[in-house]
Amino acid sequence: MSLTRAERTIIVSMWGKIAAQADTIGTETLERLFASYPQTKTYFPHFDLHPGSAHLRSHGSKVVAAVGDAVKHIDDIASALSKLSELHAYILRVDPVNFKLLSHCLLVTVASHFPADFTADTHAAWDKFLSVVTSVLTEKYR
Amino acid sequence: MVHFTAEEKAAVASLWAKVNVEVAGGEVLGRLLVVYPWTQRFFDTFGNLSSETAIMGNPKVRAHGKKVLTSFGNAVKHMDDLKSTYSQLSELHCDRLHVDPENFKLLGNMILIVLATQFGREFTPQMQAAWQKLTTAVANALAYKYH
Repeated sequence: MSLTRAERTIIVSMWGKIAAQADTIGTETLERLFASYPQTKTYFPHFDLHPGSAHLRSHGSKVVAAVGDAVKHIDDIASALSKLSELHAYILRVDPVNFKLLSHCLLVTVASHFPADFTADTHAAWDKFLSVVTSVLTEKYR
Repeated sequence: MVHFTAEEKAAVASLWAKVNVEVAGGEVLGRLLVVYPWTQRFFDTFGNLSSETAIMGNPKVRAHGKKVLTSFGNAVKHMDDLKSTYSQLSELHCDRLHVDPENFKLLGNMILIVLATQFGREFTPQMQAAWQKLTTAVANALAYKYH
């Protein structure tokens, strides 16, 4: 599965809007993940997961920054996220099913912040983009 | 059986009261067909599904979306009793429509996204969690009679 030129344009353009509120979006994505899918909290026993916690804010920023890296290198996401891919495969070993849950929560967050911009086409492009990112992050798992 | 707390029921009901089932239904089904184009396999008779514009404006998509979301309204009314509420629809989706239950999860997530676009900041993480629980429970109820 690869991104068409039209999809890349849509993705980059939407990122322009997200970037201005990147930290908020990242933090809220995680809040939504932990609220809707409590089992995902098992990967963070060492975190204070109360909404607004410093842990959530710093981790949310990290996650959304990585998404931003993928956007900035949209023509070669595998290279841009190579280190993150190794981290997830060898150290973090988050079960692959959770990437879908996180992706969904990011889309819900973006949809709720940018309803007018999050058209069906934008939604489709971003859903596909996040599944490409997911593939890259899980490709070294075995 | 899924148990919904009083808060979850209140969250669901309060939002549902403000949903325009016709408009939202069309959006939900339209997005399913745009974002996951393979779901178009169930809708050969719907005419032009060749682009986002065609899909989102297609009158059959709108009408069917309204039908689907209206049925969802039933779930909101019977949150404590979803399996029996959806018993016949479950058999229908298995025996006549031959729909893979995975599609119920996809549709459920489209409902969440449409609610997020309609309600924006009002669609808090807690609201989402209650609705996530409901759409999952409906998906399970619809799959329950499969054999």
